[in-house]
Amino acid sequence: MITAASCARCLARPNLIIHLALNFEGIAMDTAIEVDDLVVERGKHPVLHGISTRIQRGVITGLLGPSGSGKTTLMRAIVGSQVVKAGDVRVFGYPAGSASLRHRVGYVTQSPSVYGDLTVGENVRYFASLYKYGATEAAAAIANVGLDGHEDQMVSTLSGGQRARASLACALVGQPDILVLDEPTVGLDPVLREELWRQFRALAEAGTTLLVSSHVMDEANRCDRLILIREGSVIADDAPGAIKTAADADDMDKAFLTLISAQGEKG
Amino acid sequence: MSAHILVATTGRILRQLRHDRRTIALLILMPTLLLTLLYFMYDGQEQAFNRIALIMLGVFPFIMMLLITSIAMLRERTSGTLERMFTTPVGKLDLLFAYGIAFGVAATVQAAVTALLAYWLLGLETAGSAGLVVLIAVANAVLGVALGLLCSAFARTEFQAVQFMPVVAAPQLFLCGLFVARPDMAGWLEGISNVMPLSYSVEALMEVGAHPSATGTMWRDLIIVLCVVVAALALGAATLRRRTP
Repeated sequence: MITAASCARCLARPNLIIHLALNFEGIAMDTAIEVDDLVVERGKHPVLHGISTRIQRGVITGLLGPSGSGKTTLMRAIVGSQVVKAGDVRVFGYPAGSASLRHRVGYVTQSPSVYGDLTVGENVRYFASLYKYGATEAAAAIANVGLDGHEDQMVSTLSGGQRARASLACALVGQPDILVLDEPTVGLDPVLREELWRQFRALAEAGTTLLVSSHVMDEANRCDRLILIREGSVIADDAPGAIKTAADADDMDKAFLTLISAQGEKG
Repeated sequence: MSAHILVATTGRILRQLRHDRRTIALLILMPTLLLTLLYFMYDGQEQAFNRIALIMLGVFPFIMMLLITSIAMLRERTSGTLERMFTTPVGKLDLLFAYGIAFGVAATVQAAVTALLAYWLLGLETAGSAGLVVLIAVANAVLGVALGLLCSAFARTEFQAVQFMPVVAAPQLFLCGLFVARPDMAGWLEGISNVMPLSYSVEALMEVGAHPSATGTMWRDLIIVLCVVVAALALGAATLRRRTP
């Protein structure tokens, strides 16, 4: 709960009462992404069956579920590249994919989408220039993903993990308000994974909203909030601790299994 | 559309091309080698060589750019960079015009080198200036780019994309006046050739071949080709989808 004493924005600004009023009314102030009754079909196959959720601003939300559960589809709907059958997706109050959002949303696909026939530096500098940033910001983004020293290497000669990081750097360089990351840590060694999560945390603390998908349950504990989906439906949407308590389990894997079997009995 | 994105994207495509040395070598040398082949085929028949070589100066850039553009665009699609691009501030027209400009620049180099060698080494003779020949060749290359971008929307794989080459290029090549003069064709064939852009660029080239200075017909033909380019790019933009199933 945000109070006047803890809210830095209120302390910094004199119009505290308006801000408080907005917070107390629970208006979209702290909501970055709103998904309502989202239905998506791919081919003739239903992928998302009327999903609704809220994603808060400035926190890390984990999107977890088995492969094929609809994680990527939900992310594509949020960045506006998915054809949607029904429902509503809003980002900062604008319909997903609106022109005004394209400066503010960074999307990293699961398979790295960078140009193999360019060097790491050329890739990142190209994406930087789309947001009117220059070589300095590009170099910083490359360093942030631990690829400094590889600037002049062709992307096609990088390892899978390095390529994934090059792809991430291309999103970081735009300094987006929302980062949508589809399985960003797949294929990375534990040291790098730790390093990236530390960075995600730093970004969130600086006010960036992160939506990170994963099917590795131990990563769930690093998130502020979790959305568990299975077969296109949300089965849990809460803080990691609360989910574990609700499922009466001490680790995420067990909690997830308990929730699935509970859902199976209901269904 | 925005200028800085267009410039950045054009630069990016040219940089990709620059890293691909083999493609550059093929782009620049192939037309010259093929013209040399024609030169020996028409040994001693200067008039026939002049006519065919002149037309080929326009046809090569058209076919080559048609092919490489449709493959390049397909690679954007299959590598996921196209989808990613559309979540950034890049607009459809930024992307299409960037391809048009970048490959247009490549085609200018290609056409200049080919024309230079054709006039110098192979003794090509035209009544009009070589500069106009290069201009028309570049317009043809850009036509190839625009049609290639459009074709790539209808192909899901590179395998399909190359099949579009004969579909789009061969009828235009057959009916453009290279094999049979267009007025000598059956009426319905001439009618078809009248709606094909390559017919106009070949006519423009033949005007340069026959007249010492640029003619009204040549300019009209060039404008028709450029109108088709704009129309194909607009159609290309209309077939590009930000949202995909």
